Amino acid sequence: MLIRRAADVLPSEITPPDIYRERRRFLAQAGGVALAAALPGGAGAATSFGPLAASPFSTTETPTSRRAVTTYNNFYELGTDKSDPAENIHRLKPAPWTLRVEGLVNKPRSLGIDELLKLVPPEERIYRMRCVEGWSMVIPWVGVPLGSLLKLADPQGSARYVEFVSHYDRATMTRGVLDWPYTEGLRLDEARHPLTILAVGLYGEVLPVQNGAPVRLVVPWKYGFKGAKSLVAIRLVERQPVTAWMKAGPSEYGFYANVNPDVDHPRWSQATERRIGEFTKRKTLMFNGYADQVGSLYAGMDLRRFY
Amino acid sequence: MTPSNTQLSAIKAALFAACLLPAWLLWQGFKADSLGANPIEAITRGLGEWTLRLLLVTLAVTPLRKYTGWHWIVRLRRTLGLFAFAYGVAHLMSYVWLDQFFDWQAIAKDILKRPFITVGFAALVLMVPLAATSSNFAIRRLGGRKWQSLHRAIYPIAMLGCLHFWWLVKKDITEPLIYSVILAALLGVRMWWREQERRRQLAGAYLPQTPKFKGKVIKIFSE
Repeated sequence: MLIRRAADVLPSEITPPDIYRERRRFLAQAGGVALAAALPGGAGAATSFGPLAASPFSTTETPTSRRAVTTYNNFYELGTDKSDPAENIHRLKPAPWTLRVEGLVNKPRSLGIDELLKLVPPEERIYRMRCVEGWSMVIPWVGVPLGSLLKLADPQGSARYVEFVSHYDRATMTRGVLDWPYTEGLRLDEARHPLTILAVGLYGEVLPVQNGAPVRLVVPWKYGFKGAKSLVAIRLVERQPVTAWMKAGPSEYGFYANVNPDVDHPRWSQATERRIGEFTKRKTLMFNGYADQVGSLYAGMDLRRFY
Repeated sequence: MTPSNTQLSAIKAALFAACLLPAWLLWQGFKADSLGANPIEAITRGLGEWTLRLLLVTLAVTPLRKYTGWHWIVRLRRTLGLFAFAYGVAHLMSYVWLDQFFDWQAIAKDILKRPFITVGFAALVLMVPLAATSSNFAIRRLGGRKWQSLHRAIYPIAMLGCLHFWWLVKKDITEPLIYSVILAALLGVRMWWREQERRRQLAGAYLPQTPKFKGKVIKIFSE
């Protein structure tokens, strides 16, 4: 016997596009006002960022659908299937939130998301994202340049690397699989690069939980797993940190994890990728197409060795 | 409980429909765009998982028959095995067509260079002679004993299938582990039977008659 499940959404419930767009426009304007109103109070109830500054770093490629971006996620703390995170958003409360900037800095600080946005105004950054598994998306992030925040923290001369630590709650999140909490790392010059952002939203709205709410790292020339989600600490350190994936598979995941079509993952090729929503695969670009901006960071390095 | 021929025909037809159901659901999901953001991955993966499941179900027939006494279920085994093969071929086709889009160079490189693809491909190649010798005619032609030893290739095939899945996953090995544990149980029970049989023979149940010896015993080495 065949049992057909009814669709989740009735046709009558789908908002016509013109009303939808009008609503978006209204939300964008109202959201801007609400956000401005919320900032001093720190309530952060707004869902939309309102008009955002465009960035010369944004790609003009067509963004991947919001539905795909918010239902196809690798966020192992909320489940290891790609559809799990969107179904388990209740396991992470993105507010209130505190992000610590600590370690080798002269001005360590703990700050909430509203405070962060007051210190560094958010911009729209439409970036390509290439996952180490061989698929890619184009995502319109809302974020702040990490370099601006680091500058405010005033790194000490001995700081050479930045370690990122994600939130982990053993009571509600996945146990095992990786050595929790999830950690990532960048060289200080990579962290300061203008392409590197802390994302707080996507599609003009507050970052959904499954995408790493309330604040996550985005480094568009590296594989997606470098973008640690739901950050609680940004720590400046002297030595190269050992990341969660390096611990999990040292022969498969290195510290750099730059997108590179010529250096295969030991178990699969990295030469091509499937852009989500497209049928045929496309060629993967060196540094995910950001070679002009970041190539100089790795001048003279053997990228096969430092994978 | 043994079904009549009519009943058995009905059971076979139902089994046939049930085996088609996963493929039909994948197709419906593809048409309705409900397979998630990466439908090609979902199809390839779904067909692969059903190949493995059907292999395990096929391997479960004999133990089930032994422990329940439902000897008639062995007559369903060919359908199950052939469907496992069909899903395996569809799985390969989805990789060749949907995933790689007939990029033969990339496919050849993958098969040689990627261990998980090498073992998956090897498993499917090993299934070909089994599928080809599934008819009654082939069984008669080969003879029961030969046919049976050929079809024992399903053991390494299923092991390669599990390995293929195990090496494919990035980190969370829960699912391949479940398949592997089930396979280990299905193969373990066979080893157990074999051991029992060996012990029975050692105990002398089937010892052949000692031949009558005529002549003189010569010692050819000293103690």
